Amino acid sequence: MMEIRTPKTHKAKRVLEKRAPKLVENGKKTLILHGTKTSATLSAVLMELYRLKKGGAIKYSRRNENIRPFESGGETSLEFFSLKTDCSIFAYGSHTKKRPDNLVLGRMYDHHVYDLIEVGIENFKSLLSFSYDKKIAPHEGSKPFICFTGEGFENVPELKQLKEVLTDLFRGEVVDNLNLTGLDRAYICSAISPTKVFLTHCAIKLKKSGTIVPRIELVEVGPSMDLVIRRNRLPNEGLRKEAMKSSKDKPKKKVKNVDQNDVLGKRGRIYIPEQEVGKNPLPDKSKGVKRERREGKLKKNKEEGSASKKLKGSE
Amino acid sequence: MDMETDQIYQVDVGNLLAFNSNHRFPAAPSSREELVKECVTEGTKLVQAIADTLFNFPSTETSDGPLVQLPPPTTKLPREKHLPRPKPPTKWEEFALKKGIQKRKKDKIVYDETTDKFKRRHGYDRVNDDNDIPIIEAKASDEPGEDPFAKRLDDKKKRVGKQEKNRLQNLKTAAKAGALPSHVQLAATALPISGTKAQPQKIGKEALGDVAGLAATSTASGGKFDKKLPGEKPPKKQGKHHKYLPVVPRHGGVDEEKEQTNKVLGKLLSKHSHEILNVGKAINMYNDKKEKKKSGRSDKLKAKKDITKKKPYANKADK
Repeated sequence: MMEIRTPKTHKAKRVLEKRAPKLVENGKKTLILHGTKTSATLSAVLMELYRLKKGGAIKYSRRNENIRPFESGGETSLEFFSLKTDCSIFAYGSHTKKRPDNLVLGRMYDHHVYDLIEVGIENFKSLLSFSYDKKIAPHEGSKPFICFTGEGFENVPELKQLKEVLTDLFRGEVVDNLNLTGLDRAYICSAISPTKVFLTHCAIKLKKSGTIVPRIELVEVGPSMDLVIRRNRLPNEGLRKEAMKSSKDKPKKKVKNVDQNDVLGKRGRIYIPEQEVGKNPLPDKSKGVKRERREGKLKKNKEEGSASKKLKGSE
Repeated sequence: MDMETDQIYQVDVGNLLAFNSNHRFPAAPSSREELVKECVTEGTKLVQAIADTLFNFPSTETSDGPLVQLPPPTTKLPREKHLPRPKPPTKWEEFALKKGIQKRKKDKIVYDETTDKFKRRHGYDRVNDDNDIPIIEAKASDEPGEDPFAKRLDDKKKRVGKQEKNRLQNLKTAAKAGALPSHVQLAATALPISGTKAQPQKIGKEALGDVAGLAATSTASGGKFDKKLPGEKPPKKQGKHHKYLPVVPRHGGVDEEKEQTNKVLGKLLSKHSHEILNVGKAINMYNDKKEKKKSGRSDKLKAKKDITKKKPYANKADK
C-alpha cells in the first residue's frame, strides 16, 4: 500500500524543487564538522573556513564520533547529513596523535562519497592576526579569484586532486554576469613541494593604470596555512565518468508571443485587455481641475509671491 | 599586458581561475616570509592575467557598477547530483502514442447551449455540472427503485478512484526508473506483503508522546506519580473526559437530566424545527447506511429485513 505525498505549502514545494537534480545545478554547499577531538588550531581553521564560505556553508558544532571517512562503514553519518542539509562538499576536522590537525576534504555525488583527500595543517595563521586597512576587507559571498602556482599541481596526482577539490570548494556559484566592482578576494595556492601546498587568502586592491585594466595589488588578509598531503581516495572510474557527464544542450527558454516569419520577419503579439466602455473612470471635468484654470492660478500665486517679496524688499 | 613567453598561464575566466604550471619553488626554502612573499607575487601575476581578459570584455553600466558577461567555465568539475532522468511515459501516453491521439488545447470558456451563455469549463458555475441536472429520463434498462442521481454520484466516485489508482501506478513506474517528480514522495502506509520490500516505518514525536501517556494511565494511580524523564511533556488532558449528569437529582434541586431532554424536545417540536432537523438529509443518511449494511454484510444466518413488506401489526394511529 503506497500513498502519494505532495507538499501542502508553496514554500515546501519550492524547497523540494531546489534540491531536485537539475540540468544546471546550484552552487555546492559545504558541510563543516569535526570529530572526537579537535585542537585549537583545527577549530580555528574550521571556524574561519565557515566564515569564508558564509552563504553556502553549514557548520555543525557537536563532535561526531562515528564518522571515519576513510573506513568503509564510517561514511553513513556523513551521507545522512549531506542528504539532510543538501551539502555536496564536506570538511571534517579531527586531531589524533598519529594525525595531528587533520582535515579531510571530501565531495559527494548523489549524497554518496565521491572522493576524499586528507591534509594536515601546519603554520596556521588566523585572520585575526593579519592587520590591514579595513576598507579593503572582502565582502561576504563575493566571487573569488583562485590561483594555483607550481608544477606539482600538474605532475603529482594527489596535488592534482587537491587542486580540483580546492577549486570546487572556493568556487561558489557559477554566474553569468559579474559586477567588476565586487571583485575583492583571491585565494593563492602554491605547491612549494610535492607534498606541501601553501594556501592564503588575500584582498584585492585595484590601482589606476594607464589602460582600462587596473593594476592589481594583493594584500594578505585571511587565514594562511600549509597543507600537507596525507591520504586520499580517488573516485572509481565509472562514478567519475558519470559525474563528469554533462548534457550538451542548454534547454532553450521558450520565448512566448514571438514568431519568425520569412516573409514578414520577426513578429510579436500584444494582448490588450478588453475595454469596458461603461466602466472606465470618466475624466474629472470639474471647474477647478481644468488646466487653464490651474495654470492661471499658478501664475497668480507667482505674481503675488513676487509682489509680496517686493513689499518685503522695500521694507 | 606583460606576459613572459615561458610562463603561459592556464586561465579559466568562467571560474576566475588561473594556473601557472611552470613556476618552480626553491627546494630549500629561504625564510618563511620570503616564501610567502614569493607566493603572493606569483599570485598577483596570475590575478593580473585574469583581470586583463576580464576587464576587456564588453561591459554594461548598471547602478552598482560595470556588469560583464562571463563565459562558461572551461574546467570540468564533477556534478553534485545525477542528471535528471527522462520520465517513462504514462499508460495514457503510451496508448495515445499507439493510437495517434493528439493533445488538443482546451479553452477556459465554453459556450453553454442550455443557458446561451459563455461559462467556464471548470470551477464555480461550470458547463455540464453534474449537480445541475434536474431531470434524468428513465431508460428501459433501468431497474425500478434505483436512484439515478445516486447512481451518477456512485459512478463518478468509481471513476475518480480508478484514476487515483492509475496515477499511483504511473508514479510507481516513474519511481522505479528513478524519475519521480521532485515534489512527490511515495510513502508506505501499511505492512508490505512478506517477501516484498518494506519501508522502514518512522514513528513521530507525537505518536510516541501519546503512547507514553497511554501507558502512564494504565498504572494504578493513573500515571500521576510517575517519574518524568527530562524533556517529557505533561500529559495532554488530565482528569475526566466526559461529564455525566447525576441520575438522581439533588433533593429540592433542579432535575438536570429532565431539563436537558426538555430542551431538545422543545427545539424539535418548535416552529423552526425544520431549520434544526433536516428531514430530507436524515432520510438520505438512513438510506445510505442501510445500503452500506446491505452491501457489506453477507451474513446468511441473519434474517433479511425487507422494509417494503408491510408490518402485520403496524400502528395505524401513528401519523
